Amino acid sequence: MAGFLKRLLLGEQGLVVIFIAAFALVSATVPNFLTDRNMLGLFQSVVTIGIVSCTMMLCLASRDFDLSVGSIVAFAGMVAVMASNATGSIPLGLLAALACGAFVGFVNGVVIAKLRINALITTLATMQIVRGLALISSDGRAVGINDPIFYRLALSKALGVPTPVWVMLILFAIFGFVLNRTVFGRNTLAIGGNPEASRLAGVDVDATRIWIFALQGLVCGVAGILLASRITSGQPNAATGLELSAISACVLGGVSLAGGRAAITGVIVGVLILGIAENAMNLLNIQAFYQYLVRGVILLLAVLLDNIRSRGLR
Amino acid sequence: MDEFLAFSHIGKTYPGVRALDDISFSVPKGTIHGLVGENGAGKSTLIRILSGDTEADDGEIRIDGDVQHFSSTRDAFAARVVVVHQELQLVASLTVAENLTLGRFPARAGVIDFRGMIAHVGAKLREIGISVDPKTPVSQLSLGERQMIEVAKAVMMDARVIALDEPTSSLSSRESEVLFDLIGRLKAQGKVVVYISHRLDEIFRLCDGCTVLRDGRLAAHHTSIDGLTRDMLVSEMVGRAIVDIWGWRGRSLGKPRLVVDQISGKHLPQPASFTARAGEIHGFFGLVGSGRSELMRLVYGADKRWGGRIDIDGVVLSGRDPKRSIRAGLVLCSEDRKYDGIIQGMSVTENIVVSARRHFSPFGVTRPAKETETAEKFIKTLRIRTPSARQDVVNLSGGNQQKVVLARWLAESDIRVLIVDEPTRGIDVGAKAEIYDLLYSLAERGIAIVVVSSELPEVMGISDRISVMCEGRIVASFERADFDEHTILAAALPDRSMTEPTRRAS
Repeated sequence: MAGFLKRLLLGEQGLVVIFIAAFALVSATVPNFLTDRNMLGLFQSVVTIGIVSCTMMLCLASRDFDLSVGSIVAFAGMVAVMASNATGSIPLGLLAALACGAFVGFVNGVVIAKLRINALITTLATMQIVRGLALISSDGRAVGINDPIFYRLALSKALGVPTPVWVMLILFAIFGFVLNRTVFGRNTLAIGGNPEASRLAGVDVDATRIWIFALQGLVCGVAGILLASRITSGQPNAATGLELSAISACVLGGVSLAGGRAAITGVIVGVLILGIAENAMNLLNIQAFYQYLVRGVILLLAVLLDNIRSRGLR
Repeated sequence: MDEFLAFSHIGKTYPGVRALDDISFSVPKGTIHGLVGENGAGKSTLIRILSGDTEADDGEIRIDGDVQHFSSTRDAFAARVVVVHQELQLVASLTVAENLTLGRFPARAGVIDFRGMIAHVGAKLREIGISVDPKTPVSQLSLGERQMIEVAKAVMMDARVIALDEPTSSLSSRESEVLFDLIGRLKAQGKVVVYISHRLDEIFRLCDGCTVLRDGRLAAHHTSIDGLTRDMLVSEMVGRAIVDIWGWRGRSLGKPRLVVDQISGKHLPQPASFTARAGEIHGFFGLVGSGRSELMRLVYGADKRWGGRIDIDGVVLSGRDPKRSIRAGLVLCSEDRKYDGIIQGMSVTENIVVSARRHFSPFGVTRPAKETETAEKFIKTLRIRTPSARQDVVNLSGGNQQKVVLARWLAESDIRVLIVDEPTRGIDVGAKAEIYDLLYSLAERGIAIVVVSSELPEVMGISDRISVMCEGRIVASFERADFDEHTILAAALPDRSMTEPTRRAS
């Protein structure tokens, strides 16, 4: 029995097993958890983290790091609101937000890949620069959305599921495909496994890294637009700490910080574990301050489990 | 007194290799003793045993009559035995005085007594005749001065036995002279100096006696250097029993496929040129650090090249990075499989198709079935021993990892030039024969093959032609009919009287 349990928990699908067990436990013990309404709410609450985790996964898989995601989300949200208010055209506003996000990501990529500056330092710098831009452009205040169509975006539904949740699910599918079934995705993992060997094997390491960061920026743009729509305004202080949540979700999902190992199913599970923990604590009326504590403990436990698992394999 | 430092029946076995076998010799007090041999002869292993870095399986080391048991470098230090390694172990950001007292800073109540430290180190340096200000940061010293500081470190530890591993390999001749003076003073103080060098002229100039190792055995021991000649030492270094595991097959050679003309780069400042013909196996021999691998990395585009030109089948290679070399049919299996050959944590399949998959991935979308099929084809034809194509490549043996890297290039449909650097390093004999066989059959297909190796019998066994490199230049070239162990090794050994060494960046 003990041996079976050990194999189950430390095996390939250990995280999924733990997730299902936790889900069942929370469903049984927390009132109002397993209801349609609450489930939709849960999914909606993880949209931002979920979307950003898609590309954070690629970033970590290639042995890189991105701290600037939270700032880009806030900045892109500001740009979307201000540009659509100014031009009166929502598509133009959204396009501007996506372009700004992708541009910041591209700059990150070029500085990291071509100028060979450490990713941690580079994105620590852009994180502050971009947050500064968001604050300067709005004078530090929230900017409300003029055109109601923009904020109805977050409220609209298809087949009973809110549009932002659809976007997240579609991005999960796209990036799962990108990681597993495209040359770009496989090269990303190869770079994480051994960058020098990959370069000598003909992988264009610099270009791949730049693409990863540019995609990360673009996807942050998407997350920024949806967030602005949901809170009906551009908030320069939105999404603070998002970088740490996204990295936590990825690491929870078994993405290796040393690169070379990643799976979209793991990332989805990681995102949901964070979401469920928060949701359950909200339903139980636990003070928000305790949630930090719980999230930290969950992350530590997950990493320990992963450590035991990889040691067990040797 | 006649045997201050004695090695007695030292033996050491690594998996698959008898690195040292029954080594016995002794060195008297107050002498400098040379240790020579080809790469892989066992010099490094013997020195590692002396430094406590590794333990001998058999035999013992005696110093001044006492049997020593070194199970760590700490033990060796305690017995006042210090090895100065080729890679210097100084902290560049600290000063000379700090480096020389690191770990035992003179301090009062935890506060370092800098004045006392500098005075003490300064006096010690003057005593052994090193004119360097103890307050200078090591980063500002030349390579020669750093080497002296390393020796000074040994003196500060009050060493009785000091071993120097290739101390002049990156020094100019003037810097070497200063070092030789210092070594002479150590001898006068009654210390035993074990001096390892490929430069035989230095051995003659400096040493009192000399020991030659060959294939892990003691080939010769000379208590006095008098009457020895360079030629005699070279003969003792080679001349091993020849077992033909090479199975060389004659081939007809075609037109030059690879023409390298005057290329140079940061690690190879002197321009080098060579050619490789269709169907030819062109061997490159040289000692470690002679620039063989650096040259091949330049040809492949792994390192930036300063100038020169490379033609493949008469077409100029315009790219200067691996990606474009591969597209032109020029590929490289690098020297260090673990560092830049295999991609750890990825499957055998991934490692094989990483480059070739672009041929069958429409719009960048991969075809897993086709990839598995490709990998399985090579697992079968190259007899790669792995439980499955999905196995993590790190779990394979060295020989099978090498085959995986070769398969990566064979999967490219149109390779014209294959460069293999140390194709059989760390591989057992059976797998070696398979790899040689593979190289012959590729050559028979008209591929030009360049093989780099530091094993002389291997280069002689499989090559149609051999170029010899020494200190960053191609110094000689031999056709198969003229292969001779003695001549080739003699060409590879540096000779101070003829050339000034290239200085490598620290």
